[in-house]
Amino acid sequence: MTSPVSRGFHRLSRPGDAQAGKLPPGQHVTTDFPVLSAGPTPHTPLQEWSFSIRRGGKTLRTWTWAEFMDLPAETVTVDIHCVTRWSKLGTVWRGVPVPVLLDQVAHDARYVLAFSDGGYTTNLPVKDVTGGQAWLAFDYDGQPLPPEHGGPARLLVPHLYFWKSAKWVRGMELLDHDQPGFWENYGYNNYGDPWREQRYAGD
Amino acid sequence: MAGTAVRGRLIWQVATVATVTDETDAVRTIALDLPDWPGHHAGQHLDVRLTAEDGYSAERSYSIASADGEPVAITVERLDDGEVSPYLTQELRPGDQMEIRGPIGNWFTWGPHDGGPLLLIAGGSGVVPLRAILRHRQRSGSNVRARLLYSSRSLEEVIYRKELDEYRGSAQVRYTLTRRQPPGWGGFAGRVDDAMLARIAWPASQRPLAFICGPTPFVETVAGLLVARHYPESRVKTERFGGA
Repeated sequence: MTSPVSRGFHRLSRPGDAQAGKLPPGQHVTTDFPVLSAGPTPHTPLQEWSFSIRRGGKTLRTWTWAEFMDLPAETVTVDIHCVTRWSKLGTVWRGVPVPVLLDQVAHDARYVLAFSDGGYTTNLPVKDVTGGQAWLAFDYDGQPLPPEHGGPARLLVPHLYFWKSAKWVRGMELLDHDQPGFWENYGYNNYGDPWREQRYAGD
Repeated sequence: MAGTAVRGRLIWQVATVATVTDETDAVRTIALDLPDWPGHHAGQHLDVRLTAEDGYSAERSYSIASADGEPVAITVERLDDGEVSPYLTQELRPGDQMEIRGPIGNWFTWGPHDGGPLLLIAGGSGVVPLRAILRHRQRSGSNVRARLLYSSRSLEEVIYRKELDEYRGSAQVRYTLTRRQPPGWGGFAGRVDDAMLARIAWPASQRPLAFICGPTPFVETVAGLLVARHYPESRVKTERFGGA
């Protein structure tokens, strides 16, 4: 189907146009950092925070905040793409690569279900959280990650739509079979590749 | 369960503008003719795609302003540095075409079976999906108790004021004006705070269901205050507008 012309609609020259090649289809650049979440922002004190890897309801490994801070971290500059159509280019994060955590448990899982304070979950193939594609991020732009943006720690999986980068993350459940998470159960795409514009179920 | 409602691919379809109604100086409601619309629930949103003559296209998401079973309408606030909202609020007229797909989102929705009592808290144009919820409640004859607290900079910027005032027979509708209050104003003034919520929020013991929609700092503040008032997090649903 050819799109009908919306009479009188024109492109505006906007900041960020020069970076248009970095934008997946249907996205536009924002210089703000909008927030999207389904409920109240949790505020977990660092002394009560932990990150766990579980399988079949059993906890395989847990890190306290202090133990998590001792893990090797790296600083990355990435573009992020929200399903609500904003993209933010060149964002700077510091975090622990997810394989640093996953490699400390022996497993052959194919999927993970990340879980967060407040009950939020999101599902990811293991191959998408390994190979330099995913971090457990705790700094944004050189500062501790603020609660409204998912602090103290959130997943950062920038090659997928940003809802996959679970805020307030507290662990991962290892799975043999894929299991949809929160937004994936509410009509959003199971995988969420922005370059294939996989916004909603069936895209 | 609402989560099972959306399955299968959402298809872009051509919509024709039926009517445009100016709500305030910067806000307009656009009613659309959509021959193949599958229906929607109060609180859901949709995607709009505009295409220019040179083939350039832009997409945005907007909350649906109309109730279940009504023709689709969106209410758009003009952001002066925006690309799409100035077009929709100033240039668009009946007969113009755009593409739509939806409805989207099964979380920030309400139907009579979801119960209540309902606490709806709106900041600025965040009232749009909450108006759809109140409107659906009214049209469905639901007896779920409802309260709306609507924060606006001024009375002139209140969207849907006439309609919301008509709901006062069956729902409590309260405004707080943050920047400017008319002489003799008897409503709330200033930003939503705990003292205001103490007067309007249902006690947590009644298991209220809260919907908050507005700019991010507004939603952050109000959701935090409700949790501090012992509202269960699972019954505080939020939708936030970034600055984008």
